[in-house]
Amino acid sequence: MIAEFGHFALALAFALALAQTVLPLWGVARGDARLMGAAAPLALGQLLACAAAFGALLTAFAVNDTSVINVVQNSHSAKPMLYKFAGAWGNHEGSMLLWVLILALCGGAVAGFGRDLPGVLRARVLAVLGLVALGFLAFVLATSNPFGRVWPPAPDGQGLNPVLQDPGLAFHPPLLYLGYVGYAVTFAFAVAALLEGRVDAAWGRWVRPWALAAWSFLTLGIALGSWWAYYELGWGGYWFWDPVENASLLPWLAGSALLHSAIVVEKREALKIWTLLLALLAFGFSLLGTFLVRSGVLNSVHAFASDPSRGTFILALLGIYVAGSLALFAWRAPAMAPTGLFAPLSREGALVLNNLLLCAMAAVVLAGTLWPMFADLLLDQKISVGPPFFNTAILPLVAPLLLAMAAGPLLPWKRARLWPVLQRLWWAALLAAGAVAVMLAFAGWRTGPALGFAAALWLIGGALADLTDRIALFRRPAAAWSRARGLPRAAWGAALAHGGLGLSLLGMAGMGLATDTLAALRPGATLNHAGYQWRLERLEDVAGPNWTARRATVTVLRDGAVVTVLTPERRSFPVAAGMTTTEAAIHTSLTGDLYAVLGEEQGDRAVLRVHHNILAPWIWLGALVMALGGALSLTDRRIRVAAPAPRSVLSAAGHGPDVSRPT
Amino acid sequence: MPLTTRRALMLAPLGVAVAGGAGFYAMLRGLGSGSYDPRGVPSALVGKPAPAFTLPALPGAPAPAFGDADLRNLPGPVLVNFWASWCVPCIVEHPQLMRLSREGVPILGINYKDKAADAAQFLTRHGNPFQRLGQDEPGRVAIDWGVYGVPETYLLDRAGIIRWRWPGPVTPEVLDQDIRPLLKRHA
Repeated sequence: MIAEFGHFALALAFALALAQTVLPLWGVARGDARLMGAAAPLALGQLLACAAAFGALLTAFAVNDTSVINVVQNSHSAKPMLYKFAGAWGNHEGSMLLWVLILALCGGAVAGFGRDLPGVLRARVLAVLGLVALGFLAFVLATSNPFGRVWPPAPDGQGLNPVLQDPGLAFHPPLLYLGYVGYAVTFAFAVAALLEGRVDAAWGRWVRPWALAAWSFLTLGIALGSWWAYYELGWGGYWFWDPVENASLLPWLAGSALLHSAIVVEKREALKIWTLLLALLAFGFSLLGTFLVRSGVLNSVHAFASDPSRGTFILALLGIYVAGSLALFAWRAPAMAPTGLFAPLSREGALVLNNLLLCAMAAVVLAGTLWPMFADLLLDQKISVGPPFFNTAILPLVAPLLLAMAAGPLLPWKRARLWPVLQRLWWAALLAAGAVAVMLAFAGWRTGPALGFAAALWLIGGALADLTDRIALFRRPAAAWSRARGLPRAAWGAALAHGGLGLSLLGMAGMGLATDTLAALRPGATLNHAGYQWRLERLEDVAGPNWTARRATVTVLRDGAVVTVLTPERRSFPVAAGMTTTEAAIHTSLTGDLYAVLGEEQGDRAVLRVHHNILAPWIWLGALVMALGGALSLTDRRIRVAAPAPRSVLSAAGHGPDVSRPT
Repeated sequence: MPLTTRRALMLAPLGVAVAGGAGFYAMLRGLGSGSYDPRGVPSALVGKPAPAFTLPALPGAPAPAFGDADLRNLPGPVLVNFWASWCVPCIVEHPQLMRLSREGVPILGINYKDKAADAAQFLTRHGNPFQRLGQDEPGRVAIDWGVYGVPETYLLDRAGIIRWRWPGPVTPEVLDQDIRPLLKRHA
């Protein structure tokens, strides 16, 4: 019954989405406020129905209902409860259900938080969200029903791909989807603005919190995926330029540009067309990723089971949403005349540069990801585009971006002079030079890491310079504390996010200096690497709830003192046809990771691969700081509500124009 | 900027998206017909004839020996399969090979680094899908073909040109999604 209930709830959600699309637009056309007002309750109803369907699927997995095909294919009674739940969204059908649930959540959030939006805009935004939901609910119902039954019931499930049985990965899809699907809201706002033919400062202010929230979740999702690849795949890398990784990077790049150019719309009513296009692109890239991963047109470790008929359906949806919205853009955008004028050297100018560079990076990543597919299609050539292409093509774009990133927030609006800004950044440059000197002393000259360290410290220094400047820490130290408290949280958030990227770069530069070595050891033997002694104590068999493993115990010593004991494993999952996974053992500290992987055994020797990954944890800590910066900006009282607060409230709270100007 | 230039500029994203969409549609069509295959592993030999070799017959096996001369001017596409009795994934793929052989698809086997007696016993127990069978005990021919490991399967068209390579077992999915469309395409 639970599965049928879920299926029914899904069909109900489809009906509600249909109403949510049609009624508000009809209301707008007729000027009927009651029809427009139906959008919000319908969106909430659709959320309720999707939540019920998802709850039904979770229940089926939790009780291991083996009459449901999806459970049989992706779960097993011996699996820990967390992975039974994770199994619900670790497969194509369940993850699509999560996708529509999060989309409904976005619709519900707009309905709930957007009470102060103008009626017409709110009706249009919710109708567009309804239209997106309609297509994807039809996709789930028609091609990917997660509630299909099997009779007679299987004795037990077949298990979840062991590589996916991991806490990091259990939360990776929900976070990533919150980011991907979150851009549906900014997409809906952009389409609504195009329908209306008008973009103003208020629109920029309404779009920004959604762009911020989606960006923060996407940052976390990508970081979690990268962290998982780092410790689970056991290759010691954190980013592989895999097509599916690139597919998640594309909306992030477009979304980062959107975030910044929405500020210009809000403050200066400029860059309107840019912002609209970026909002369409961010969601378009999210949909592109969905298509690439689920249609089988590319080959990747991440891809779901391929099915061309599903691919055709998603491509049709892409045609409606992406091509449809871009056609609307081509029709309506040319008439939107730019207003707010500005000099090339100004905050606006810096943000235009930021847009151009981020878009160029997105174009490079897009071309590198799609080129092998199109070369195969058009030229019948098998080529692979790997890290060498991406690294060399991205570097000339990243370098000026990072250089400008520290200076941008210090530039005033409209017109700026470069010299005063550089004066405020001299000690950030000093920090960057110092970082290179320190690296030189410890590791000798290496161009890549040296540039990385310099850029990292430049960004962190720039963020600090921005903050100290705004609170006048050195000019008027006595008043600094009260100024710090009065500084808008969006300013703190921006500095935190920029500094967070600096921290991530610190980790990446450190990884550029990482070293590893491989050795076949007998128990009791010691390997010297990176100033540590790695002693293989013993090899043994251990058993877990649904796996057995070969485990090595490695004591790591430094100058005779024990630093840590590592236990890398090779796990074998009997239910999943004897698949094995590598469980790297990692000792993390703020200065770096000690990383050990157990390989094959030859006689009484075991192959042990050990890495010393300098500063590696900062890659993900930096991403966390970036997301925190986004979250902090979200709590800024000026954008906390997704609508303009009445002027009187603003001034009553002490946010006169004086304090709120710098952002 | 004049309005017409602005219009043309703002049509550009749509143009790129539509071109990309058309390409994706062609890929999806190709997935169905077998003309587009993202999973095929590139091999230096794809598009070239098989490297020269002659192999002895497998003693005690129910199929004659063959060499590269037997791989030219064929009546239809053939599969060349590298296998061994000690290889567990070979047992996994064996039912699929048997199915193809019952359907009349010629499969030529190359027994890789194996003992003749073990190989013969394997075929007695699991059935023989091979029309011809060569013994590559030293593994020299496998090196010339660039074999990663057993099992590995190649598809040659009627002219004897290698068209496809699959490292790893031929699962039912590989059979349906790769081999059958390819056989149809090169028939």
